[in-house]
Amino acid sequence: MPRRRLPEWFLLLLPAIIVIAAVVLIPLIFSLYSSFTPYKLTRPSTLWKWIGTYNYEKILTDAKFWAAFGRTVLFLTIALNLEMLLGLGIALMVNKVTWGQRTLRTILMFPMMFSPILVGFQFKFIFNDNIGLVNNALQSMGFNVALPWLVDGKLAMFSIAFAEIWMSTSVFAILILAGLFAMPRDPLEAAKVDGCTPWQSFRHITLPFLMPFIYIAMTIRSLDVARAYDIVQIMTGGGPARRTELLWTLMSRTGYVDARMGLANAMGYVSILLSIFFTVYFFRKLSAARAEIGMGS
Amino acid sequence: MTEVTLSNVVKKYGAHQAVHGIDLDIADGEFVVLVGPSGCGKSTTLRMIAGLEDISGGEVSIGGRVVNDLPPRERNISMVFQNYALYPHMTVRENLGFSLHIAKQDPDQIKIAVDDAAAILGLDELMDRKPAELSGGQRQRVAMGRAIVRHPDVFLFDEPLSNLDAKLRTQMRAEIKKLHQRIGNTIIYVTHDQVEAMTLADRIVLMRDGHIVQVGTPLELFNTPVDTFVASFIGSPPMNLVDGTVNGANLTLTDGTILPIPLTARGLLHDGQAIHFGFRADNLMPIGHAVDEEGEIITLDLTVTLTEPLGTETVLFTEFGGAEVQAKMFNPRPVIPGEAMKFQMVLDKCHVFDAKTGKAIRS
Ligand SMILES: Nc1ncnc2c1ncn2[C@@H]1O[C@H](COP(=O)(O)OP(=O)(O)O)[C@@H](O)[C@H]1O
Ligand SMILES: [Mg+2]
Repeated sequence: MPRRRLPEWFLLLLPAIIVIAAVVLIPLIFSLYSSFTPYKLTRPSTLWKWIGTYNYEKILTDAKFWAAFGRTVLFLTIALNLEMLLGLGIALMVNKVTWGQRTLRTILMFPMMFSPILVGFQFKFIFNDNIGLVNNALQSMGFNVALPWLVDGKLAMFSIAFAEIWMSTSVFAILILAGLFAMPRDPLEAAKVDGCTPWQSFRHITLPFLMPFIYIAMTIRSLDVARAYDIVQIMTGGGPARRTELLWTLMSRTGYVDARMGLANAMGYVSILLSIFFTVYFFRKLSAARAEIGMGS
Repeated sequence: MTEVTLSNVVKKYGAHQAVHGIDLDIADGEFVVLVGPSGCGKSTTLRMIAGLEDISGGEVSIGGRVVNDLPPRERNISMVFQNYALYPHMTVRENLGFSLHIAKQDPDQIKIAVDDAAAILGLDELMDRKPAELSGGQRQRVAMGRAIVRHPDVFLFDEPLSNLDAKLRTQMRAEIKKLHQRIGNTIIYVTHDQVEAMTLADRIVLMRDGHIVQVGTPLELFNTPVDTFVASFIGSPPMNLVDGTVNGANLTLTDGTILPIPLTARGLLHDGQAIHFGFRADNLMPIGHAVDEEGEIITLDLTVTLTEPLGTETVLFTEFGGAEVQAKMFNPRPVIPGEAMKFQMVLDKCHVFDAKTGKAIRS
């Protein structure tokens, strides 16, 4: 009697399916479910109590959450735009270099090679108000100040953004550089003959060609920044007194310090929306920019 | 008045010298074609005139003004590139109007100028398309349109037709010629195709290895090539060249054939001198299938080895003087390979080249 056998393709895919289910699907479903419960890590039985959308309602009326949310959006906007501008500048300069360009390109990647935790510690030291490099330098230049880099709300946001930008500008620089390398030389020469100054060539020819590359970098970075927990956690931990609280520090505080995992998961799902919004937005822009220069959409 | 003058223009890429001191005077409204095998420095020369390459030595002047140190935008030239070089993110209309837009012209005037150019080149239907949506021929037209909207002093073309198929190439060639007749600007045109050069040029500049070999009208280059290189580059099929030596008043070819020295070379040769004897295919015709010729005619008995019928004429391959040569048969009849035929040749129209230098010997 022939035994019914599973189709071969299914058997071959089975290990992958099991792994994905174990590490992605189950946690996803579990976290989504728990966001509808008052789940506290210290009282496991709370996991079985269904409270509907209570957590979500609570978040949406929570001023602290909205403060963190706003701060995060602002942080993302500023960081991404500055990274883009700096990356563009660096890429244009490196593209002009004729000697030692390979080395430069490698050096450009260095910041990406460090663990964000390490970068966080490094900048925490650099910006330390007592023993930090920055204040030390300021003082030896004769400014008799000890700026509270990581304590003052605005300065602390600046310091975090600085670290984040230092670490990730090279993503933009490298992708834009790739765009510059791929750029056909002919239209630029045609533009020169058509009467363009170097700035006009850049504005009308180079920049439209680079836009898809910029949006690729933006898309990648928007995913990245949405989970950029480590640097903030190391440098300020969201403090002091929540002055640098961003969504991800707020979430981890709620989940692990206050042990209110259900609520934290609900926050997670709200901020995923934010992340999806940014990604979809940049992806749309990317498709439009690709269509614009005739790369097909 | 926009004449273009090159005096002793040199281009070096590091240690490699691509252009060796070129002198050239181009008159206002003249159509000059730079032609030569690929790598001979045509594009480099053109790009120096355009301002896209630095000039390593000598002077380029346009309209009496030395432009060595002026950027392209101050030279009032326009250029059509081999790969069209259209702006991929702009529509045809924007491509055409771009230079005027950059020059900050009035939008209404830009529209008039663009529509005008589009009408000349038959682009009206395509104005809102992007370059990616055009065929090769259409892109080529847009590239030309972009060059003419601006009414520049000088047009530069760098192998504009080499990416098109044969039929389109012939058609566009005629259009370029019409365009020149209509607009009357100075045109400098680069190609490696001698047919294009012959058909388009008022004057051909034939280059080789960064030097100018010969400058002249198409017929001058065809009828009086200065050396064997010009003789075999210009004309299709290329000129037949047969080795020989001078023997008194005669030439002895490799296989022992003896011919009188052509009139134009008489008195300029010395006994025992090694030479190449040159003649064109249409100067070796089967008797009865020749076009009437005047002058000193000799007759030859030759065996046909291969035929290439072209309709109005047939190219016959045969052996002469120890080399394979091509002959032409007008009003052709079928010829079987191996058939022996009587040929005639006008001696006055033959050429003698010195074998050592390759230079033509004629008075
Ligand atoms: N950017 C360059 N760097 C070095 N050598 C070049 C460069 N451009 C052209 N050359 C050399 O100069 C010579 C002439 O090139 P070019 O003017 O492009 O020839 P063509 O007659 O085919 O247009 C060639 O030997 C080519 O290798
Ligand atoms: Mg070339």
